[in-house]
Amino acid sequence: MKGTYLGEFEEVVLLAVAIRAGDAYGAAVVNEIEQQMNRSVNLGAVHSALNRLQEKGLVRSEMGGISAERGGRRKRLYTVTNAGRRALEEVRELRSQMWEAIPKTAWS
Amino acid sequence: MSAAPPPLAQRLLRWFCAPHRLDELEGDLDELFHQRVEMEGLRQARWRYWRDVLSLMRPFIIRRQPAEYPDPLFTDMLRNYIKIAWRNLTKNKGYSAINIGGLAVGMAVAMLNGLWIWDELSFNNYHQNYDRIAQVVKQQIHEGETGVGQTMVYPLGTELKTKYRDTFRHLVRASFQQDKILAAGDNKLSVTGQFMDPEAPEMLSLKMIYGNRAGLNDPNAILISAQTARALFGDADPLNKVITLNNQTQVKVTGVYEDLPLNTEFHKTRFLTTWALFLQENDWIEKRAIDNWRNHFIKIYAEIPAGSTFDQVSERIKNAELNNIAHLPEESARKPQILLYPMSRWHLFPYERGQINKGPVQMVWLVGIIGGFVLLLACINFMNLSTARSEKRAKEVGIRKTVGSVRGQLISQFFSESFLVAMLALVVALFLTTVSLNWFNNLVAKQIVMPWNNGWFWATSTAFVFITGLLAGSYPALYLSSFQPVKVLKGTFRVGRFAAVPRRVLVVVQFTVSVTLIISTIIVYRQIQYAKQRPVGYSREGLITMPMKSDDFYGKYDVLRRELKNTGVVAEMSQSMGPVTDVYSGNNGFEWKGKDPRKDESFGTLAVTHEHGKTVGWQFVAGRDFSRKYASDSLGMVINEAAARYMGLANPAADAAVGELVTWRWWENNKPPIQYRILGVIKDMVMESPYEPIIPTVFYIKGHNGSVSWINIKIRPEVTASDALFKIEAVFKKLIPSAPFEYKFVDQEYAAKFAAEERIGTLAGFFASLAVLISCLGLFGLASFTAEQRTKEIGIRKILGASVASLWQMLSKDFVVLVIVACLIAIPTAFYSMSGWLQNYTYRTELSWWIFALAGAGALLITLLTVSFQAIKAALMNPVKSLRSE
Repeated sequence: MKGTYLGEFEEVVLLAVAIRAGDAYGAAVVNEIEQQMNRSVNLGAVHSALNRLQEKGLVRSEMGGISAERGGRRKRLYTVTNAGRRALEEVRELRSQMWEAIPKTAWS
Repeated sequence: MSAAPPPLAQRLLRWFCAPHRLDELEGDLDELFHQRVEMEGLRQARWRYWRDVLSLMRPFIIRRQPAEYPDPLFTDMLRNYIKIAWRNLTKNKGYSAINIGGLAVGMAVAMLNGLWIWDELSFNNYHQNYDRIAQVVKQQIHEGETGVGQTMVYPLGTELKTKYRDTFRHLVRASFQQDKILAAGDNKLSVTGQFMDPEAPEMLSLKMIYGNRAGLNDPNAILISAQTARALFGDADPLNKVITLNNQTQVKVTGVYEDLPLNTEFHKTRFLTTWALFLQENDWIEKRAIDNWRNHFIKIYAEIPAGSTFDQVSERIKNAELNNIAHLPEESARKPQILLYPMSRWHLFPYERGQINKGPVQMVWLVGIIGGFVLLLACINFMNLSTARSEKRAKEVGIRKTVGSVRGQLISQFFSESFLVAMLALVVALFLTTVSLNWFNNLVAKQIVMPWNNGWFWATSTAFVFITGLLAGSYPALYLSSFQPVKVLKGTFRVGRFAAVPRRVLVVVQFTVSVTLIISTIIVYRQIQYAKQRPVGYSREGLITMPMKSDDFYGKYDVLRRELKNTGVVAEMSQSMGPVTDVYSGNNGFEWKGKDPRKDESFGTLAVTHEHGKTVGWQFVAGRDFSRKYASDSLGMVINEAAARYMGLANPAADAAVGELVTWRWWENNKPPIQYRILGVIKDMVMESPYEPIIPTVFYIKGHNGSVSWINIKIRPEVTASDALFKIEAVFKKLIPSAPFEYKFVDQEYAAKFAAEERIGTLAGFFASLAVLISCLGLFGLASFTAEQRTKEIGIRKILGASVASLWQMLSKDFVVLVIVACLIAIPTAFYSMSGWLQNYTYRTELSWWIFALAGAGALLITLLTVSFQAIKAALMNPVKSLRSE
């Protein structure tokens, strides 16, 4: 399925958007990823991934209202679309499927 | 907390980021920055801020947001622009008419001038091998001056044809153009033509209608032009028909060629016949000229082979003459060099008395410059009016911007408006040019046709429309579209003080050109008038003249004179060498008492019959006319005042010359000298150019240089010309039936001497009046615009008690100042250029101050009239009306 293939970083960003449901904007996603994964990411990388996800139809965005905390600057709020949710589920299923397939002897 | 993100990074972000994403991204960056300051410290936060900004330099961030507006098709917008432009034009009909009309007139003038120049430059282009044809000419030193002669000696032709045969593709000897009587059956016609070598039709690439270019190979052949063929044979096929030349020689038509167009050197040559016939008709050539390196009477033309240049060939034939004249020390001393004079230079750089006459090429420049100036004036108008109008449209720009026009659209709109006007002007100009072309052709004696099929013509016109549109549209398009709508609409917008400066400069330029042209026109006319009023020295009224074209004219003097006088309409008849409007012959070799040996200038030497004086009415200062009563008068001489002065015999008065003896030695020592006695001194007669000094001229009955060749007839003043001509023709038909009766009126011939100057005068007058007209149109437009702009001011001034006169003064003053400045520039310019022009004439008028004053005053008067119309209209307006509306 070309076009909906989910890269590793994209998967992480998509998960972060899902976690921050309703309040997922650039800085929040960065924070989320940094907290969860304990590694630093660039804002540019995050926006770039968000942009790609939007082009693939896995997230959608809209401009949020003005809030005082950012000096009156607006946020672009992302939400996971149905297609995005399905993509995440597929990845997860694929992973567990593969986990199942590991023979018991492998770890011994 | 005073922590702030690194400003440089912020600036960088604002620079590259698309505006619609900036807010959101700055928000993200800020939020992260503040978090990090708290958690990781300022330094780390700044560092990460930088990294984030740099990581954001990605195409999708940089790319600008596409317009949110619907994206109409380009043609849709164009249609709208044109519609708006059209509405604007029809709304201000007056301005539009001034604008389009002025520009169209300017363009039409430029077109006519361009066509004229094109015609001049394409002279002789008709011949296919135009760039390889040349005339063989001779450069030599004569009285210390290097000059070029175009008339060659017979043996040079032979020399080139034998020893230098390979150098040329064609070598054609030609006679001068001469009038011959061509007779076919009862049809008799006097036609101009030339004798040429058989290769001539090939060299000149004549387009044959009947026969072929080899037609002249038969010695008794003749080629005639289509016009001659029609006149002689009607529509019948003239091939192999017989024509009698000058009632003697029978020749056979072997071809008919298409008439050569007016802009070719040979357009007057309406028949071509063979070189062999030339020798046969002029038996003196074989007797005396064939080996004579001193007798110049033929022309030689050459076509060089492809691949060689004129310079190479000139170098090779350089000494063709010098090598053969060792036995003639006098000729050798002149160091004659033979060279080629390319066809492309014949028309624009002709030789006159051995030197290149720069007149024609200067005329091309002059016409080009005048055309350019008139066009410039029209463009200036166009620009001035468009920019002046556009200030009124500042509000429109404001509204348009408010409701969503972007700048690009406004620019397109203003440009499409100016292009539309320029296009309309072009259409009108094409119409004007087509309509006036006939008149223009008459004026300049050309046959120009509209080059509808010429790509260059269209390319130039289009380019011009484009440039004018661009220039005139650029101010409103680029400047007005940059206004901020808020300022314009609030009314705080003021066009700067200097916005009008370029417009003033343009008005000054316009009037400088106009005033210069007016002054020049007046001076040209004055010069013509001055020369026309010059005392002529003979009476032209009722004087007709005709060349004696064939042998049948000769030996019938007495019977002709008797018969003519018997008709009762002829006062007197005489014969002379050449017409009275020309000095046909000049010679030196005269000796007289007390002659300064250094003086050996050429005299005009003209043979006349006894009755010549009575016929042309020359006026005696001293002495008497020739008389048949005294047999010794056949060795008498009548000289003009110039000759008496030159000889130093008019001392103390002209009477002193009468009775003196003059001896004339012929330059070839084959004739005994003739001794003359001076019978009388006549007032100078203007026989040649009315602008030049009179040549010292002597008249005699018999001389060394041939005999009389023209007939002059004086019609009785009380008889009408038509009656007289009818009776005179009857006499000629009876006595000389073989020749057609063809005559010229001397007064018309004399008037023709002014043709060139009158043409310049008419053209200058025409251009000057157009320039004034265009300038005034522009001024009118500007004045009405200013008056309109200041309506409110005028209203308030009137309420406060200003009089109409003071308002008129206020509105006119600005323009008057501009025109005065223009006059101050124009007067020295015109003075300088016109005194240069007058230097061309020896007999010339003076530049008086009143000409300049008159032109200046005229310009001022016209300005005042133009401006006053608007000024008074504005000043008379009821202030209630002008102030009520807001």
